[in-house]
Amino acid sequence: MRIQNHPILDFKKGKKVSFTFDGSRFEGYEGEPIAAALHAAGVKVLSHSRQHKRPRGFWCAIGNCSSCNMQVDGVPNVRTCVEPLREGMVVQIQQGKGEVGGAPDG
Amino acid sequence: MDKTEVLVIGSGPAGLKGALGAAEQGAKVTLVERDPFLGGQLVKQTHMFFGSKEQYASERGFKIAEKLTAAVEEHSAIRVLKEAAALGYYDDGVVTLELKGRVLPVSFNTMIMATGAQENTLMFPNCDLPGIYGAGAVQTLMNVYGVLPGKRVAMLGAGNIGVIVSYQLLQAGVEVPAIIEAAPDIGAYHVHASKVRRMGVPIYTSHTVVSAHGKDFLEKITVAELSDSWQPVPGTERELDVDVLCIAVGLTPLTEILFQAGCEMAYIPELGGHVPRRSAVLETSVPNIFVAGDVSGIEEASAAMVEGTIAGLKAALNLGYGRDSYEEKIAAAHRELASLRKGPTGEKIRSGLDHLEQAGEVRQ
Repeated sequence: MRIQNHPILDFKKGKKVSFTFDGSRFEGYEGEPIAAALHAAGVKVLSHSRQHKRPRGFWCAIGNCSSCNMQVDGVPNVRTCVEPLREGMVVQIQQGKGEVGGAPDG
Repeated sequence: MDKTEVLVIGSGPAGLKGALGAAEQGAKVTLVERDPFLGGQLVKQTHMFFGSKEQYASERGFKIAEKLTAAVEEHSAIRVLKEAAALGYYDDGVVTLELKGRVLPVSFNTMIMATGAQENTLMFPNCDLPGIYGAGAVQTLMNVYGVLPGKRVAMLGAGNIGVIVSYQLLQAGVEVPAIIEAAPDIGAYHVHASKVRRMGVPIYTSHTVVSAHGKDFLEKITVAELSDSWQPVPGTERELDVDVLCIAVGLTPLTEILFQAGCEMAYIPELGGHVPRRSAVLETSVPNIFVAGDVSGIEEASAAMVEGTIAGLKAALNLGYGRDSYEEKIAAAHRELASLRKGPTGEKIRSGLDHLEQAGEVRQ
């Protein structure tokens, strides 16, 4: 959900782009954080805890806490709360710690 | 190796003013910011500031960020590096940055650390469920990117951040069924608290969240009253249907690089945790390393701006710039700080600073 009218703020958005999340097509605005675009589309679970596989979502939104780490274009552990969204990105829930050097897929 | 006279890390209110303070005296400044934009937390603040004209009273935080950002970007002696995260401090006096996927080592004559703070968490069953977000994250989503954090948002913490963010949620059209505060009193300025109460938001003091519920994300919280000894009172539990719980229970200074640099630190609870010992002009125990803003102790943006100015002036003076105007400008800034910290609202910070000073003069 996005704010349509705000009494004080005027949101400057980038151009509309499409990306995939776990194989499904989503839309967002270029330059906004990947996780913000996902949240606007109703996606709240961004990762799972290593040991107990508990769902994890946003926490700090400043790239500190690693709760939003995802695999983006094959690169694991991308901090999606600060990583700008671009056209055609392939975003996936990461399995475990992620593999360095994995090829883009999905 | 990149070289600069004054390296400023962080471009919130303290860093912006620090960069301007040093550059206006004639120093060459490099301002480093990990975000793609300058302003730090100011860019999320829709409320008007207090204080005097010098501290931008009656202006909204994001407007202050716009003004200071423009001043910094137009200043010929300030080089701005955005999307540049400071990684660490090395014994030979070098700071490394991550800039566009590469590591950039920077050597400097003086450094102003204005890294700010990070949010505290609170432990209760299911406190890790998606939908339980820090107040800063909620502000970022709704005030920077225009994304609603949820439909019904409960606030935990009635300090200034909790109450101001509650008001911002109402502005964005979100329902706020309750503000929950463990302490018996509201910590926020009463003008802010009265405003949200007038808009129909109840503030439950001596209450806390005892548990959260939901499968994949938050659906409900259980709230209970706290006894005089801060224990939940059995039988007072009640449930609130919410899709977001916003946590505003304080901040901790981001001091990692100060520890790495060997700055003498002290644990001062009123200032948010470990903070650097420093002189009256904010120089730490390591000569030429300065601090300003929340990294030196949790306070608020107006004081952070004045601290930035002070650190900038002294950093420039250490390089030989601005001798003529230094004393006068520092005295004016100290008067501003004293005025911001007076009265009951400044009690906590005054007490924290007193405790910090009790350890004696800063050794260098």
